[in-house]
Amino acid sequence: MMASTEEIRSSLAEIVNEIAGIPVEDVQLDKSFTDDLDVDSLSMVEVVVAAEEKFSVKIPDDEVKNLKTVGDAVAFIERAQNG
Amino acid sequence: MSKTRVVITGLGATTPVGGDVASTWEALLAGRSGAKLLTADWVEELPVKIAAPAAVEPTEIIERVKARRLDRNAQFAVVAAREAWADSGLADVELDKTRLGVSIATGIGGLLTTLTNYDALRNGPRRVSPLAIPMLMPNSAAANVGLELGALAGVRTPVSACASSNDAIALAADQLQLGRADIVVAGGAEGSIAGLPLAAFGQMMALSRRNDEPERASRPWDADRDGFLLGEGAGILVLETYEHAVARGAKIYAELAGSGITADGHDIVQPDPAGSGAERAMLMALQEGDLAADDIVHINAHATSTPAGDVAESVAIRKALGSAADRAVATAPKSMFGHLLGAAGAVESIATVLALHHRVVPPTINLDKQDDAVELDIATEQRKLGDGDLAALNNSFGFGGHNVALAFKTV
Repeated sequence: MMASTEEIRSSLAEIVNEIAGIPVEDVQLDKSFTDDLDVDSLSMVEVVVAAEEKFSVKIPDDEVKNLKTVGDAVAFIERAQNG
Repeated sequence: MSKTRVVITGLGATTPVGGDVASTWEALLAGRSGAKLLTADWVEELPVKIAAPAAVEPTEIIERVKARRLDRNAQFAVVAAREAWADSGLADVELDKTRLGVSIATGIGGLLTTLTNYDALRNGPRRVSPLAIPMLMPNSAAANVGLELGALAGVRTPVSACASSNDAIALAADQLQLGRADIVVAGGAEGSIAGLPLAAFGQMMALSRRNDEPERASRPWDADRDGFLLGEGAGILVLETYEHAVARGAKIYAELAGSGITADGHDIVQPDPAGSGAERAMLMALQEGDLAADDIVHINAHATSTPAGDVAESVAIRKALGSAADRAVATAPKSMFGHLLGAAGAVESIATVLALHHRVVPPTINLDKQDDAVELDIATEQRKLGDGDLAALNNSFGFGGHNVALAFKTV
């Protein structure tokens, strides 16, 4: 069964918390990883790899630069799961 | 022009016998060993199953997210540097950070990160951490301490095996004496208790195999010694010009009077049995410190508990000090916390500084029968030092034939 948007956001928030120490409640769809959440480029790579494992999806390196907000990442994961 | 004097104004340590300087010093005075039988499953096949792990886990002290971005050796460095910095009182002083340097050594660097990521690579390159390089690079401990303190006068990492952290302290003194900084945070860190080093040192027959009695395994100068005990941790000292320290009313533990740095030119792993490189290092440290052999009341020896090294060093001490060696009380803290490799010199420099400061030499444990070839007066119980001006030597030697002797004196 595919995860809902909220389930993906919530799991992603836990990953971001584990890797970058950002409080889970701050990881909302409209937040930018770099500007709002202060996730640096190396931590972002870790977040992407952890998300790939968690959601059983592939996030190509070329795609990572398009994932500016939490919402972008959640939408990509939803599409990848459905695809 | 008179020489710039270098003093020690802050101390920090995390070792197998204590999580800070006070508890480490107390354990040394009490003669408590930090040796343990290792219980991890990777120990099973190893000929050596003992080591001296850190008394306090650094990950329980450092903020979680920061700790996961640091190799274990850098974690130790950060913990000890924070203690040293707080101890120095410099946190409350307005500083020109362009005059603050860092000189922190390691023998092996971020080995655990290297091993973990090499294992991860078996599952594909994407499993390798993007932080692997900044965590495994040997300068990582120094760089991270530099970032924490905002040090801008240069952050450096000398690497000379088990002499590394005394090298780092000598380099810090050079920087101060050349007028390139007013304060340098110096020392070393090592976090290498893992299967690879235990197997590799084991293959060299360098480690004690006294698996059945770990606390008795490290026995410098004892006739029955059979190799060293691997330890981990960090020692950090705040070095400052005397002028700068006095101007801010700092507490001064001791003066770093002189450094002697030489090489054996003999063998990559064996010490020169004649001890001539070590002898020259001690003589250079005395000369640079305007000290006579008679001034030395205490020697904190490298004394790892290997059959060859301990004798070569004692021969070198006899040659360097002559008859004055009879009144210099020697001790070997590695009998208690093992060999911290690239952190050994710094932790033992702290022990030397505290011996002068408190005027007492901690004991060497496990010395049941002194090797006949070792002609030294060794403290097997606490030994009081006298009043007045005191000076001491701290020796560190490393694979590659590196010798670094530091001369400290009371202020």
